[in-house]
Amino acid sequence: MGELKQSSTQIIEPGGAEGAGFATTRLEAVLAWAQKYSLFMYPFVTACCGMEFMSVSSPRYDFSRFGSEAPRFSPRQSDLLWVVGTITQRQAPILKRIYEQMAEPKWVLAFGTCASCGGFYDNYACVAGVDKVIPCDVYVPGCPPRPEAVLDGLMLLQDKIQTGNRTPAIVKPRQDPAVEQHTGLVQLRKSRTSIV
Amino acid sequence: MSKLLVDLLNKKFPTAVLETHSLYGDETVVVEASAWKEVARFLRESPQANMDMLTDLTAVDFPDRDPRFEIVAHFYSLAKGHRLRLKTRVGDPEGEDVEVDSITDFWASANWLEREAYDLFGVIFIGHPDLRRILMYPEFEGHPLRKDYPADRIQPLIAYRDVPNIEKIAPFSVDEGMSFGRQTHSHPKKDSDDSRVN
Repeated sequence: MGELKQSSTQIIEPGGAEGAGFATTRLEAVLAWAQKYSLFMYPFVTACCGMEFMSVSSPRYDFSRFGSEAPRFSPRQSDLLWVVGTITQRQAPILKRIYEQMAEPKWVLAFGTCASCGGFYDNYACVAGVDKVIPCDVYVPGCPPRPEAVLDGLMLLQDKIQTGNRTPAIVKPRQDPAVEQHTGLVQLRKSRTSIV
Repeated sequence: MSKLLVDLLNKKFPTAVLETHSLYGDETVVVEASAWKEVARFLRESPQANMDMLTDLTAVDFPDRDPRFEIVAHFYSLAKGHRLRLKTRVGDPEGEDVEVDSITDFWASANWLEREAYDLFGVIFIGHPDLRRILMYPEFEGHPLRKDYPADRIQPLIAYRDVPNIEKIAPFSVDEGMSFGRQTHSHPKKDSDDSRVN
């Protein structure tokens, strides 16, 4: 599945012994490699992005492929907190408490625009992004984000875990409509007449 | 059909009915605030009206008017299939003295609807059994759907993180201003075969 790609990792094959050998690496690299493929996740689902979360966890997109197989509905057993949906001011203390109950090491993924920055809920009731309350590792924008974006976010998080980088990051769009104007913002389905 | 209902209310409460409005089956009756409860009782109990369902009850803030607030209730009769919108006007321009009688005695669903109107508009319903906030938290000050509540005022329950520039926590690299995405992460150049992360 994954390979150790740290530059400190060496695969040494002694001469004469075909297929046999051993690898040297750093302990942190092995631990990070194990951590990134065994993310126990806590879905903190508060809004409509939950549907998209279910979609991406269901067989068609299936993020179990990335090792985040087991949802744990106890924060004490989880590594990765998915904040899926709008966080209101009333929810914020609950979210913070959930986060504080998680054991280290722990990561946070903001799923969707509301969790990332509040989106259009710029009002008296909502928190403009979970990073106001808890530190956040990966932001997945979109309303809701496409499943590919979520998978990109998960892979990005795994990459950050491997490199030990705790700088927050945003998932880039696979193609930027502002740059690639010729594709247009909306892909309309071709009409039947044009196919014939 | 419920035009009859408007006539009925006009006949029954000639002094309390301030105005009526009827268009395409959309009947509205505006009554004096002092008669609010009696009109509601009549709608509930008279066999001609027979309003057994309170569809909605809310308030509207008109900051330039005096009385400033309109209380709006929508009634529906399941038995007779007719509807009526009942309004009343309360409150002075400063937003004080916004009081009206509760109609929870006649429709149990008025309980939460009146709590919502109290929470968001500050309408006091006299006689309500449990007039507390229902959506906002008890620590919240003011009533957020009033027009004089500042649009950008938030009242966090817990302090925001102690991080510089918390209002705009960066993500953090050269092309942050990009229209949609931003540069995801700085990935040190490694072996050329590591193309998994772009």
